[in-house]
Amino acid sequence: MVAQPPLEERRLVDALRAGDESAFTRLVEEYGPAMLRVARMFVSSRAVAEEVVQEAWVGVLNGIGRFEGRSSLKTWIFRILTNTAKTRAVREGRSIPFSSLAGEDEEGGAVDADRFLGDDTRFPGHWAAPPQRWEAAPEGRLLAAETLEVLEREIAKLPANQAVVVTMRDVEGFDADDVCNALDISETNQRVLLHRARTKLRRALEEYMQ
Amino acid sequence: MRLDREITCAQVVDLVTAYLEDVLDADDRERVEEHLVFCDGCSTYLDQIRQTIAVTGRLEPEDIPPALQDKLLAAFREWSPA
Repeated sequence: MVAQPPLEERRLVDALRAGDESAFTRLVEEYGPAMLRVARMFVSSRAVAEEVVQEAWVGVLNGIGRFEGRSSLKTWIFRILTNTAKTRAVREGRSIPFSSLAGEDEEGGAVDADRFLGDDTRFPGHWAAPPQRWEAAPEGRLLAAETLEVLEREIAKLPANQAVVVTMRDVEGFDADDVCNALDISETNQRVLLHRARTKLRRALEEYMQ
Repeated sequence: MRLDREITCAQVVDLVTAYLEDVLDADDRERVEEHLVFCDGCSTYLDQIRQTIAVTGRLEPEDIPPALQDKLLAAFREWSPA
């Protein structure tokens, strides 16, 4: 934990408190796109996600006077965003990720059990059908626009809490601490959700690459 | 987490995120790394998880549409103490 927020951040906060519009637009440019993407994981449509983002920024402005810098500004903003999104999800009658109401999604191991040899074989738990290297696929396939679409679709199919975590970590590049603080989840919980999400995304890419 | 001296491919696959997040203790980390040295399937799997993370990171940011930008600015001006 950093005792003092970085100078740059303190300046931004001070400028925002003083009503500096350029400080506000800078923050919107920096965090707005990620906020929209994360909000989208909680609610039913892009339009509602935009409303959530708008509502969250109003919350940021109203709360900035009380911001004490105990977390980073970014974490604080995303806490407001995710709380706003959760409230909205409740109103929409959707199941709310990261609430006790959401329950545990019960899922088994990482990859299909039949990818591994069974207990009755000589090497139980070893690959029966090992993954094939993607380098064998036509060059550039992994980076093609279509591959990104496969990923987008797969993320949309994930349970919401997995989708939120993998979006924050792997799409937006948050570190684990930021995600735990913004979502108010334990480090272990964060890692389990990330693991399940990455596992499914890899599997989707594997199917596509073959 | 304590693992047997030798771990299976299924265990490596289950531990891959903990390994990448660097939260395994030194012994378990070593077991995973030893396994990866001789196991093509698992090192391919690990590479693919890394490739998956890299490709996920290439998803385009969602642009803030101009209409939303305008609304945000209006909200700011309404709030602005200045």
